[in-house]
Amino acid sequence: MGKSLFEKVWEAHSVRKLANGQTQLFIGTHLIHEVTSPQAFGMLRDLGLQVAFPHRTFATVDHIVPTDQVSEPYEDPLAQAMMDELRKNCEQFGLTFFDRQSGKQGIVHIVGPEQGITQPGTTIACGDSHTSTHGAFGAIAFGIGTSQVRDVLATQTMALGPLKVRRIEVNGRLQPGVYAKDVILHIIRVLGVNGGTGYAYEYAGEVFDRFSMEERMTVCNMSIEGGARVGYVNPDETTFAYLKGRPYSPTGTAWDEALERWKSFASDAEAVYDDVVKIDAAEIAPTITWGINPAQGISINETIPDPSSAQSEDERAGIDEALAYMKLPAGAPIKGTKIDVAFLGSCTNGRLSDFQEVAKFIKGHKVAAGVKAIAVPGSQIVALQCEKLGLDKVLTEAGFEWRSAGCSMCLAMNPDKLVGDEVCASSSNRNFKGRQGSTTGRTILMSPVMVAAAAVRGHVADAREVFNVSSN
Amino acid sequence: MALQKILSVSGRAVCVPGNDIDTDRIIPARFMKCVSFDGLGEFLFYDVRKNLDGTNQQHPLNEERFNGATVLLSGANFGCGSSREHAPQAIAKYGFKAIIAENFAEIFFGNCTTLGIPCVSASREDIAKVAAAVAANPQLEVTIDLQALEVSFGGQSIKVTQRESARDGLVNGRWDAIGELIEGKTAVAATAAKLPYVAA
Ligand code: SF4
Repeated sequence: MGKSLFEKVWEAHSVRKLANGQTQLFIGTHLIHEVTSPQAFGMLRDLGLQVAFPHRTFATVDHIVPTDQVSEPYEDPLAQAMMDELRKNCEQFGLTFFDRQSGKQGIVHIVGPEQGITQPGTTIACGDSHTSTHGAFGAIAFGIGTSQVRDVLATQTMALGPLKVRRIEVNGRLQPGVYAKDVILHIIRVLGVNGGTGYAYEYAGEVFDRFSMEERMTVCNMSIEGGARVGYVNPDETTFAYLKGRPYSPTGTAWDEALERWKSFASDAEAVYDDVVKIDAAEIAPTITWGINPAQGISINETIPDPSSAQSEDERAGIDEALAYMKLPAGAPIKGTKIDVAFLGSCTNGRLSDFQEVAKFIKGHKVAAGVKAIAVPGSQIVALQCEKLGLDKVLTEAGFEWRSAGCSMCLAMNPDKLVGDEVCASSSNRNFKGRQGSTTGRTILMSPVMVAAAAVRGHVADAREVFNVSSN
Repeated sequence: MALQKILSVSGRAVCVPGNDIDTDRIIPARFMKCVSFDGLGEFLFYDVRKNLDGTNQQHPLNEERFNGATVLLSGANFGCGSSREHAPQAIAKYGFKAIIAENFAEIFFGNCTTLGIPCVSASREDIAKVAAAVAANPQLEVTIDLQALEVSFGGQSIKVTQRESARDGLVNGRWDAIGELIEGKTAVAATAAKLPYVAA
């Protein structure tokens, strides 16, 4: 009987069974950032423990960094304190830290892949739910809590029960103007925010075969929004080509050996899945959210749901609550919804190809009067790549502010925040109430090109019309 | 590392109704700028409990009659969103010792278990029964029995479920895995040795 990648990686990393039936799983790669690690180091110190495999933990700083100020001390003393704490911990325990002076700092889920730290057939953990991003490389990557960060620091393992595996196949061709972001928003809309509970998602099919690594990362990133702990794509030539020559990628004969090994982890053709879902790519339209969870999405040409047409009492209550918060009229087209802020960035869509795609279309257009538009590269390397290609110029000429790397307005732990009940067209991954820094702020999730279209029009718009998209 | 066996939790309860209560709602991100979890309790559900000027909004946790409740009741998909332990920590620091909801987001569930906070699931109708009894008499003692997987309150009882690995950990005093993980040191080294990418 064949095995899925999940099963193979799980087996290769299983240390032993624990008394409660869970598995002690070896975590090959541990990524940390400033928000969820300080308490874990505190626990470690309280217990008098050391870091077991210091060369397997990599740190960066992303959530709290201001994107318009690089010099320290930061204006916010709490942010500075978190920065200092991380620096101190990395120094004391001998961990690699991609600090801001390194030129390699950025959002943890962008830094790992770009350094070649994220590799196929490995286990990865990080105290951050979007760790699922790394699954794009055929790794099993878990978002974990602070106590588990402590466990991984102290033992390089954690206690975990196995997951079921659902294969999600997207076959056919995406229409022009439809992106990886639309694919995942569509999947979450179809399967729901809880649909993935207890599952690892294996993304497959012709669309994923054709996708670049960056597109695969966008989809895997939001597995968590669909309730799945883990999402992955089987490694293939695209994966290997991406990894070749990266700082932490193997070289010489080690590369050849790694390649063989990586290939062996891909799911067998006769692998058995707990569930299989098939989606026709042609059915996916540019998809955006209208509500307060990522499954509350519709295609750009649909109307905002009407509570009176809900299928269940729960759904009706959900629509009511969302519309009350979003201050959107039931039954009206979502197109035309006025926006105040446009945000390009985050670990979902803050990579080179995202800015390239936006630059391609926004050239010659201007951000509408009254819209605040910011573009935040996901890492210092992404920033540099964009600047070399002049993408920053294209964006600033169009009226976007070009910032330095960080999470920024994705969750607004830094100074980039919505004000009052502003509406933000956002390329990030969460539209929860208050997510972008104002308790009444409103978020509409969409692809980067749709964010650009909304910025140009000053309201939610179909990018295919705004930019005359006829082919991708 | 011997831990306390958590066989049951008893206390007064309060219901915070709603589905999909996410971790940002439980503890807004701006309160996570901290290097320790102490003091998070006072910011629990802050943005739905407080107005912008700091005065109280209508919220069960603001009702005096529910002060001192240690059992939290809620709806479906409780704790969805982030893996940050700030959310369970805020709940714990506020004084809650257990949660009864229809179901829980996975990472949140695991985080709570590791802190020794049992999360048990019950049907919506049954949770409504407990909530109604508590609303009628906030002094009512609610007991979650993890061995019988039963919640009893004022002469009534309902059945609850809990993932076996979590239940086993709680009732046997091994809900925090760290001790056992450390004990596996030799086996860990053996696994690491078989993984080429881990070699220094
Ligand atoms: S960009 Fe947003 S989702 Fe990604 S790690 Fe940062 S805060 Fe989390």
